[in-house]
Amino acid sequence: MSVRKSPRTPLAVVAGAAALVALTACDSQGSTGNETAAAGGPIKVEATDTACTVSATTAGAGNVTFEITNKGTKVTEFYLYAEGDRIVGEVENIAPGLNRRLIVEVADAGKYQTACKPGMAGDGIRGEFTVTGGAAKQGDANAQKAQATKSYAGYVANNTAALEEETGKFVDLVKAGKVDEAKAAYARTRTYYERIEPVAEKFGDLDPAIDVREADLEPGQQFTGFHRLEKDLFVSGLQADSPQIADKLLTDVKDLVAKSKTFELTALDLANGAKGLLDEVATGKITGEEETFSHTDLWDFQANVDGSKGAITSLRPLLQERDAALVSTLDKEFANVQGLLDKTRAGEGFKLYNELSQDQVKEFASAVDALSEPLSKVAEVVSK
Amino acid sequence: MSEEGTRVSRRKLFGLAGAGVALAGAGAAAGIGIDKATSGNAEASVTTVDFHGEHQAGIVTPAQANLHFAALDVTTKDREKLRQLLKTWTDAARRMTAGQEVVPNGAVGSGDYAPPGDTGEALDLPASHLTLTIGFGPSLFDGRFGLAGKRPPQLIDLPLFPKDKLDPARGGGDLCIQACADDPQVAVHAVRNLVRLGFGVTEVRWSQLGFGRSSSTSREQQTPRNLFGFKDGTNNIKSEDTDFLRDQVWATAADGQAWMAGGSYLVARRIRMHIETWDRETLDGQQQIVGRTKGTGAPLGQTAEFDELDLDVGGAGGEPLIPADAHVRLASHQALNGVRILRRGYNFVDGSDGVGHLEAGLFFLAFNRDTRKQYVPMQQALSSKDAMMEYVQHTGSAHFAVPPGVSRTGYWGEGLFA
Repeated sequence: MSVRKSPRTPLAVVAGAAALVALTACDSQGSTGNETAAAGGPIKVEATDTACTVSATTAGAGNVTFEITNKGTKVTEFYLYAEGDRIVGEVENIAPGLNRRLIVEVADAGKYQTACKPGMAGDGIRGEFTVTGGAAKQGDANAQKAQATKSYAGYVANNTAALEEETGKFVDLVKAGKVDEAKAAYARTRTYYERIEPVAEKFGDLDPAIDVREADLEPGQQFTGFHRLEKDLFVSGLQADSPQIADKLLTDVKDLVAKSKTFELTALDLANGAKGLLDEVATGKITGEEETFSHTDLWDFQANVDGSKGAITSLRPLLQERDAALVSTLDKEFANVQGLLDKTRAGEGFKLYNELSQDQVKEFASAVDALSEPLSKVAEVVSK
Repeated sequence: MSEEGTRVSRRKLFGLAGAGVALAGAGAAAGIGIDKATSGNAEASVTTVDFHGEHQAGIVTPAQANLHFAALDVTTKDREKLRQLLKTWTDAARRMTAGQEVVPNGAVGSGDYAPPGDTGEALDLPASHLTLTIGFGPSLFDGRFGLAGKRPPQLIDLPLFPKDKLDPARGGGDLCIQACADDPQVAVHAVRNLVRLGFGVTEVRWSQLGFGRSSSTSREQQTPRNLFGFKDGTNNIKSEDTDFLRDQVWATAADGQAWMAGGSYLVARRIRMHIETWDRETLDGQQQIVGRTKGTGAPLGQTAEFDELDLDVGGAGGEPLIPADAHVRLASHQALNGVRILRRGYNFVDGSDGVGHLEAGLFFLAFNRDTRKQYVPMQQALSSKDAMMEYVQHTGSAHFAVPPGVSRTGYWGEGLFA
């Protein structure tokens, strides 16, 4: 299923990105949430069309709050830059007369620059800003994480290559009007897509074009991709525009494959992807919603499990070192789900989903829940 | 239980003289009076909400903790029978919202050989802020009762939104009754007795229980949390926001149908929440999806719950702090050209789903002046772009024209039959 999981802002622990987390991230402990941003209160910034007056040019590391007032006649912006003009925080669209607030978490001591941009253009009116104290820089020198992402990149590359090849064959069958052969190839082709869905979902426009379900179409959105051809093959018969839909599918898949080669994932992406794939199973496959015309949900189910396992396999050395008990739990629960899937094998593939009894569906749901719970703990172990 | 089974009306008019909802000053926001009354020999403190007024109660009334909502279909073809039922219902609602039985002495005073006139399960309970609010669905205007010309243009058949998975058994309806009360038994008693009075004219099509109001509709109230654990309704229209109410909630005669002046349009959506997968999402992930912090409810980038959303604040790399697909961004009046709605939803847990999960969610209720311009564009944006759609599924949908309030001698929807 095409669900857009937008790349979430990485946690502050990843790649030294001083991700801005709101002040109250620690509020789950039940604090009042009334922490002051900085010892001296907010830093006042007076922006005009020609000046950018900052009431303090130093601050301690941690949360720094700027209160910006636009006293000019043009709409302005305010930025805090780290070295090399890396944006640490910014606020746009400050209309004349308005007060706006920017709270930034600055973890590292060092030289920064403030900037007001009257007219919202150009390099702005710069000022030096110094941050003192602070934690030692969180290096990303974690070789295990680098190894994990490299290994998973290999897994993705294998599957995208296969996806491109199999989609080519499938599209040829559709265009040749070989309905039975195309039906036989359909689920097998999708396997390679479903395995790498967390990667596919990083491409917000391609994923829906390739994998949108009819029930999820937005007003004015054309029904394209795998599920459109699924409907043609399994329900309504090939349509006049089926060949064009097939061509577009191949074009989109090739585009996705090319883009995935340049895409960098973090170890945390792997952890979240492993969990996300099982969420897909829980909300889409268990209900039989994904393959509503062909009922080949179990092929997708298996592929989602494969993909999840692929990500965990890449993270395995890291997890083994940090939480061996979690690894053995995951092994056990993956094996349990796989055992149930194996029971539904038929010929080259699986039974159709509408052939399963309600008891079997329930058994799957329970096994998926049992696996998803420990999977949801992987991200935290990785982020330590 | 008192011997004679009679319960005296303990409502004081609170000086509103039929003006109903006085929006000046908190506390009086919805004509709420707190009375001390003696019933039997125990002193009871009872709260009632005035049934009468310019608008129906149960819209800007500070949201009570419990809901029983019922949608009904009209089974008769006789227009007069329907009109009479609305009169009967109005009288019953007058009494029940005042803490009285459906008919005087109904529970035990109807004679030994007659079924009691009141079902009895609210006998010893106070009025519990009971409000009863009625609405008319699009299907009532189909011509059966000569009402086709009275259908307001705002009362559209709601479109199918992306990702809807609507169960026909949980949607639609010729009429609706929204009963809200502090005590769920009082709400259920009210709906049950109105349904009973309607046999032969109406029948229940679907109904929904809700608990733990998921929206606050008054500044007096703390913002409650939905089943995702987040404060819900921080940015809601409050009964104190008189300008917003005038512009965005109450219909006027100029809007197209004079009989709707002082009324509003109610959108009901049963939203299943996949709470099990939600609970596996990291705190950071949950906050990114909602666009608020879980603890205080402050918008990302701000410090306190009621701080205004700032959609233009960027963090590391200039990425917006409130992500492009965050729920609060897409639902905000800033992103919707100033559009607001008055939400009055409730949480529900309807048993389980048969595959090991709780059948839980949010029964979303919202009042707006023109659904075409307010709810529909908002929901189109959410259904298409909201990151939260991964965790929710709309399973029921209904739309009702909520007529204006009732005078002391009037009845529900009288303008419609005028």
